[in-house]
Amino acid sequence: MLAKRIIPCLDVKDGRVVKGVNFVGLRDAGDPVESAQRYSAGGADEITFLDITASHENRRTLFDLVDRTATTVAVPLTVGGGVRERRDVSELLHAGADKVSINSAAVANPIFIKDMAEAYGAQAIVVAIDAKRVPGETDTWTVYTHGGRRDTGLDAIAWAKRMADYGAGEILLTSMDRDGTRDGYDLLLTRAVVDAISIPVVASGGVGTLAHVHEGLATGGADAALAASIFHDGHYTVAEVKEYLLDHGVCVRPPEPD
Amino acid sequence: MTAGRVAIVDLGLGNLHSVTKAFERAGANAELSSDPDVLLRADRLVMPGQGAFKECAHALAGEIGEAVKTWIGSGRPYLGICLGMQALFESSEEAPGQKGLGIFPGTVKRFTRDLRDAEGRRLKVPHIGWNQIESTHAVFENAEWYYFVHSYYCVPADETLVVATTDYGAPFCSAIARDNVIACQFHPEKSQHAGARVIAHFLGDVSWS
Repeated sequence: MLAKRIIPCLDVKDGRVVKGVNFVGLRDAGDPVESAQRYSAGGADEITFLDITASHENRRTLFDLVDRTATTVAVPLTVGGGVRERRDVSELLHAGADKVSINSAAVANPIFIKDMAEAYGAQAIVVAIDAKRVPGETDTWTVYTHGGRRDTGLDAIAWAKRMADYGAGEILLTSMDRDGTRDGYDLLLTRAVVDAISIPVVASGGVGTLAHVHEGLATGGADAALAASIFHDGHYTVAEVKEYLLDHGVCVRPPEPD
Repeated sequence: MTAGRVAIVDLGLGNLHSVTKAFERAGANAELSSDPDVLLRADRLVMPGQGAFKECAHALAGEIGEAVKTWIGSGRPYLGICLGMQALFESSEEAPGQKGLGIFPGTVKRFTRDLRDAEGRRLKVPHIGWNQIESTHAVFENAEWYYFVHSYYCVPADETLVVATTDYGAPFCSAIARDNVIACQFHPEKSQHAGARVIAHFLGDVSWS
């Protein structure tokens, strides 16, 4: 039976982890490579880097970082942030990323997703959707771009369907309402997208407790749970999350002793 | 470990970075190449797979494909990964009319769209993520978890080729072995410690063959 995946996400800027990772014994809390190694050794099923580097010149540091991570970490690596054109996708894949996550560029030019899926395979192309509830309406969400600053007006469910039809291999779904709140995933949003498409959905935004991860996978129906701060703050290890999920009847790959 | 030189077949279809790195981590002297002479001089041959069957079949229609066939015929150890497993068969539903290497009789089929798990929930295609195998073969570990990412799977005509199965709606063939050839649908290079052990077993003695 296919396991639900647990994916720590690291926000990276100019080659460094933005918020730092609170691991006991970590030499350099700001080094994404060392953090990724720790997470994979601790049972993470995949690692995601979200690059928020503003300047184009500093993108080189990202490629170097991806290369160094892929050299030492033997679980899949997804990299997103600032992916605008074919060259960005190709450079990241050649640096060693297994999947590239695309957000604003998909909205600007939906055919880009079709082209990239044809060129590199659906398995390499993740469409990231930042969704926010429409005030005054029940269970309607629209898609935001540019780091959540711009409302596109696109219906999030319809957009997810379209991206799946265009060949995306996976949807990374972030609730803008919940992101950073620690109130748990937006379960209705997650469930609505999961039920609408036949490709895997990674839930993101809002995890604060072990129960939240369980809800996202069991109630929300997500195929994978992405989380950042609960891991970085040292509140929970990936192994603890997995033990909790196993105790609650969710199929996950058990952490392996290092 | 006396792994010797490991040649990794580069069909020019994508990034083989992680495969090369995984073999280097295992202590092998790994070399990516599309040169038949280089491939045929190695001690072990690995054919990873990314991309689509059609492009893979095109790339194998020339001298690289001949080199791989010669290699397999020579009795030296071969490891096929993902498309490098599928390419061993005659054809694939992914690219009707395209010929695989035809080392073994059989085809490659797509997961059907109405796959359901034991509780009746619809299963996603591609099959992406960690799943378990049932195997009695020495290179693999029974009940171990490996990373999969694929929409197609091999259906060998000779069922005795199958040395591992994995459940996704129904059991499918997740690894085969015959003489000097082993191949798996999952990615050892992405399967953390469990995958590293598969590579170590492949690089180790050839008592598995």
